[in-house]
Amino acid sequence: MKELLLGNAAVARGAYEAGVRVVSSYPGTPSTEITENMVRYADVDVEWAPNEKVAAEVAIGASLANARAMSCMKHVGLNVMADPVFTASYLAPPGGLVFCVADDPGMHSSQNEQDSRHYARASKILMLEPSDAAECKAFTKEAFSLSETFHTPVFVRLSTRVSHSQALVSLEEPEVRQPAPYVKDATRVAVPVNSRKMHIAVEKRLEDLRAFAEDCALNRVERHGSRIGVITSGISYMYAREALGDAVDYLKLGMVYPLPSRLIQDFAKGLDKVYVIEELDPYLEEHCRTLGIPVIGKEAFSLIGEYNADMIAQAVLGKPLAKEKTEPMEALPVRPPVMCAGCPHRGVFYVLHKMGLHVAGDIGCYTLGANAPLNSMDFNVCMGASIGTAFGMVKAQGRAFGQKVVSVIGDSTFIHSGITGLIDIVYNRGNNTVLILDNSTTGMTGHQDNPTTGKTIRGVPTKQVDLELLCRAIGVDRISIVDPFQVKELEKTLREELQADEPSVIIVQRPCALLKGVRYEGRYQVTDDCRRCGQCMKLGCPAITRKDGIVSISPIQCIGCGLCANVCPFGAIVKEGSR
Amino acid sequence: MTGNIMIVGVGGQGTLLTSRILGTLLLSQGLDVKLSEVHGMSQRGGSVITYVRYGEKVYSPIIEAGQADYVLAFEQLEAARAVGYLRKDGCLLVNTQKLEPMPVITGAMAYPEGLLASMQKRCRTLCVDALSLAEQAGSAKCVNVVMLGVLARQMKFSVDAWTQAIRTTVPEKFLAMNEKAFALGLQYSAE
Repeated sequence: MKELLLGNAAVARGAYEAGVRVVSSYPGTPSTEITENMVRYADVDVEWAPNEKVAAEVAIGASLANARAMSCMKHVGLNVMADPVFTASYLAPPGGLVFCVADDPGMHSSQNEQDSRHYARASKILMLEPSDAAECKAFTKEAFSLSETFHTPVFVRLSTRVSHSQALVSLEEPEVRQPAPYVKDATRVAVPVNSRKMHIAVEKRLEDLRAFAEDCALNRVERHGSRIGVITSGISYMYAREALGDAVDYLKLGMVYPLPSRLIQDFAKGLDKVYVIEELDPYLEEHCRTLGIPVIGKEAFSLIGEYNADMIAQAVLGKPLAKEKTEPMEALPVRPPVMCAGCPHRGVFYVLHKMGLHVAGDIGCYTLGANAPLNSMDFNVCMGASIGTAFGMVKAQGRAFGQKVVSVIGDSTFIHSGITGLIDIVYNRGNNTVLILDNSTTGMTGHQDNPTTGKTIRGVPTKQVDLELLCRAIGVDRISIVDPFQVKELEKTLREELQADEPSVIIVQRPCALLKGVRYEGRYQVTDDCRRCGQCMKLGCPAITRKDGIVSISPIQCIGCGLCANVCPFGAIVKEGSR
Repeated sequence: MTGNIMIVGVGGQGTLLTSRILGTLLLSQGLDVKLSEVHGMSQRGGSVITYVRYGEKVYSPIIEAGQADYVLAFEQLEAARAVGYLRKDGCLLVNTQKLEPMPVITGAMAYPEGLLASMQKRCRTLCVDALSLAEQAGSAKCVNVVMLGVLARQMKFSVDAWTQAIRTTVPEKFLAMNEKAFALGLQYSAE
């Protein structure tokens, strides 16, 4: 049977068919739907972990206890889980162990554009790279089997266009697997005396894998009798096929670490020109160059952003993909993402902007607070970094700076890795103010549950982390809970907490407007009392527009949250039918 | 030959559901299909593009400049942005609704005047007040399926096949409303 599946759903299907028993992940675009799709399979123990490091550890533990296990993350999530992953490479646990990492060339939804293939080499872990959903399923299945055959964890590397494209996938029956009983093996205690031996085994394993790579079906030569060759992998293969068709020969690499040197040399032999087509870093290209093959790579293709078929046609064939096209329209206003109508974060950033505070930002929907007209974020780094960075700023600028800067972090991100930053502030006698934006979900990635929501990934009720008690337990004495739509109260609280010469936490609580069960009654409208002061326009609400000075609220876009009525100084915004 | 349909709109307008209905339809015709979607940050009220490609064998999931047979646009400005993706004799189907992007709301830029006329000058353009039809069907949220009905009239697939695809894709609770929206779109004749 064939089904149209998202690349991510196909990875999930592949893991299921391979008999995966444990899947633990933290959400991150473009990888999130892999783990979400695991929920379809009742026999799999699937969970959202508090962060990627914990997720990897759970998967490693399951593998140590003989089960097939997987952990899925976005590229920057791999940075968080890198510590356990590097040593898992040495431990080589017995159950098939797969780490599925999704890169984001073009940064559709990310803070950087890192190329995760470098991790495979650095951690000495086998890496596969599928090109579409059909391969996502097949390669994930293969990954589990290779993991057990070669005693290695296996990376499956995706990119946004592979993760988020649907293609036809053949479905097969799942393997039924029972983990063998666990037996202690103390040679897996990673202390120097053992790790030295393990490292020898890792290098031997790589030799075996290099030999395997030369002949395995994952790497494929497609000859069309051309004098031009293309070495490529992943989504770039699809773009190249689209652009160049049968006009060139292809070496499509499904296994990108370790690389098959002999196969590459044989492929290049006799060709006049060999192009290496790969998004981001010259990873394959550099390998070809170490083999002495004079390939054309980044001199013809960019290091930055996504590729497409047109760019490849131009570079290789010297002509565009489409002969004739409709004349495009120029100079159109851009449409960047915005906080939704009714977003609880809007009130927070309205106040922060009004108070002119410096804001150390974090990763989530609230990063949109950086955009006009809210303009209230100084910078952001990575998950959880809003707290440590703000502490560092106060150290640099002096204690009084603690009254001018706040950290802004979501509930899920705080649990992910913000809590340790806050412990640092308490422990080292800081005076920072931290705003935890508690919207009862993990918003940006599409509403996943997390340890603060009281529900597991399968919707089963569970213990709920009490943010207030948690902060109190680590030694924060000043904790307030405020509704972000009560902007006056929020401003007053902020003023008090910034003044205090000790750590403060303000938990700003209101659920995401897109959550099921969040309903506001009625719609708001502007009355004749409007003095055109423009205060409501400072909210950056997509429902509020102004034409020739006259403000109006779109009845289609307004969800009735009433924040605009709270900020209007003249009481000129009222609920429909209230007058 | 690969068929190329591009669906553009503003995050939240239901481009995903639309491409999935199309995918289901094309699959039912025994064709190879690839869809490319947008998830994550770009979905939050930003420009959203999904690509639908079909034929005997599809490689790239992306539609590029000059390739699209149809652009199905749920908003004027997004339609304008996508015009250059149409092949020379491609067809633009545009919901005449306007949604102001944040740079227009803040006053940094103006919503361009005369977009529909400029588009009509460039390519075959069908302008549809899909919002009114969607409201007639029961909800402004059905704009996407109204537009799908308008597209269906342009394409060669049977109404039965379209209806079947909608039935297998749309959740039961919203089915009646969406079937009505599709029918209204299908009946719509701009020419």
